[in-house]
Amino acid sequence: MILKPQLSDIKNIGYYLGRITLDIGLTMFLPFIAGLVLFKEPNPALDFLISANIAIFIGLALSWACKTDKDLHAGPAMVVIALSWLAAMALSAIPLLLSGHYKSFLDACFETMSGFTTTGLTLVQDLDHLSRSHNLWRHLGPFLGGQGIAIIAISFLVKGTGGTFNLYLGEGRDEKLVPNVINTARFIWVISIVYLILGTIVLGLVGISIGLKPQSAFFHGACIFMAGFDTAGFSPQSPNILYYHSLIYEIVIIFFMVVGSFNFNLHYQVWRGNYKEIWKNIETRTLLFVIMIVTLITLAGLQRSGVYSGGMIMFRKGFFQLISGQTTTGYMTIYAQQFIKEWGDLALTGIILSMALGGCACSTAGGIKMLRVGVIFKAFRQDIKRTMLSPNAVVVQKFHHIKTMFIEDAQVRAVLIVTLGYFFLYALGTLVGIWLGYPFLEALFESTSAAANVGLSCGITDTSMPAILKITYIIEMWAGRLELMSVFALFGFFVAYLKGK
Amino acid sequence: MFFVALYLFLSVSNCYAQAATSLDLLNNAKEYDGKTVHYNGEVIGDLMIRGDYAWLHVNDGSMAIGIWAPKVMVQNISYIGNYHQKGDTVEVSGIFHRSCLEHGGDLDIHASEIKIVTSGNALIQPISKKKFYIGACSLMLVLLFYALKKLFQSK
Repeated sequence: MILKPQLSDIKNIGYYLGRITLDIGLTMFLPFIAGLVLFKEPNPALDFLISANIAIFIGLALSWACKTDKDLHAGPAMVVIALSWLAAMALSAIPLLLSGHYKSFLDACFETMSGFTTTGLTLVQDLDHLSRSHNLWRHLGPFLGGQGIAIIAISFLVKGTGGTFNLYLGEGRDEKLVPNVINTARFIWVISIVYLILGTIVLGLVGISIGLKPQSAFFHGACIFMAGFDTAGFSPQSPNILYYHSLIYEIVIIFFMVVGSFNFNLHYQVWRGNYKEIWKNIETRTLLFVIMIVTLITLAGLQRSGVYSGGMIMFRKGFFQLISGQTTTGYMTIYAQQFIKEWGDLALTGIILSMALGGCACSTAGGIKMLRVGVIFKAFRQDIKRTMLSPNAVVVQKFHHIKTMFIEDAQVRAVLIVTLGYFFLYALGTLVGIWLGYPFLEALFESTSAAANVGLSCGITDTSMPAILKITYIIEMWAGRLELMSVFALFGFFVAYLKGK
Repeated sequence: MFFVALYLFLSVSNCYAQAATSLDLLNNAKEYDGKTVHYNGEVIGDLMIRGDYAWLHVNDGSMAIGIWAPKVMVQNISYIGNYHQKGDTVEVSGIFHRSCLEHGGDLDIHASEIKIVTSGNALIQPISKKKFYIGACSLMLVLLFYALKKLFQSK
């Protein structure tokens, strides 16, 4: 029998949703102040003042009307997370819509969902004339969403109860770095802010060395870092990373993309001086192995297409796009059309594979994730051993992720369910794309890019694409970022409300 | 006479007299590769000086393409497009590369000539009164609401 949610459950959801909405509103004061003081852009600053007030008003009203001291259980926490991301998308789209650089509210919502989920697909119009305040907001989206919208609330706005851990789990994270979830959330912020400062300085200095003026260099540095470390792929100028025409800039970005795709738990171990964990961890090993395989496929494809005449040039272009896909960042040093017109099917398949598999768990990266790929591989090996040995033999398979663990069937089942969920998501967008008349490989490429929160585009993502495809990609980005479970919980909650007793 | 005629023929066949758009160049990159093209658009972003040369980006309304030009050629550019100003509109003549050997495989144009067609200008954007009043009123509303909430909670 399905139990109908009680009024207290709905109030509980409303209260936490209100708190998270409030923190979204408060973060809008960052571009407001920057626009007013740093960039001298009063009209864009006003866009943020208006939007912040709307978000804060809704947040205050919800948390007041639904005030409760009841702890948040796992199910409602997932509903809170799923709804929070939709609320974040809609409220953050208001200043973008007011900028006049988006054709519709749907396009602005697409942009903010793409930002918060660290995807990086964009529908902005005339990006090269967009104000710095709005550009800052575009890049802050991945920085906030990459760490997690709930992480902000857990760190600063929500009391430390069992409910906070459920919120943390709802955003697709299941690893606590330290025993207390609030301290875990705060540590994630500490790591991110330390890297933000370092990344902005390094990219700013490299920017100056390649001819950017200091103010521009540091603005670009901050934006590129936020969207690179948080594996989003937005950039302040329309040619994306091709804008910089610099090998050093690309190398620095590759470093931050890879570091950003690492598990926060791995960062914590390195922070504590446990450097050996980098080489022992199943995720880094799997990542290295997968990168080698997809590099071979992609370079073989590029060799066959003959688009790049020199081996070094082919490696530079191929490897950058590949690491961008693998870490689910989406930065590009080629134009979207070149993927389809010049790269050929084999190279494209290599990139699709890298995007689908993605970065590490408990990071800002999307996709199936290396921990799952590694566990599936180990489980597969265990099953092969079982078939080869005597039926009475006990076959155990270990793997190392922070500590050494044995693979259990329940764990493999959970991993396979999420992996299947991702394949379903990739297929959903591909089918909608094909139905709308796009060729199979292009539809698969763009759908995988959206669902794995990558942001590489072969040219389908454009303001002129049908609204149904925009909505499909929004759903894919949302479900992909939350690793499906919170989205299923939301639908389950609605079903229970309608059919429960 | 024969050689003059041959030279003229080769020069013309190696050059697309009509200005190409960015979409033309991208969609027919193989055909345009290594040929002299004319490309028009607005200068946007930053001028990045690299020794005796500079990178600039010219956006024709669809997308921006990187132009590699001698520094002296870009010295007359006064407006570069961004939020505060409309950039100079220029006509670039140069050799198009779909994968430039000199620049790590970048798609670019090596300019042989840059003409300023229209000068850019500062974009004066007065403060929108409508946005100002909505912003101020909504801020007051939020503060009032917050005060009321605190008042009720304290009772």
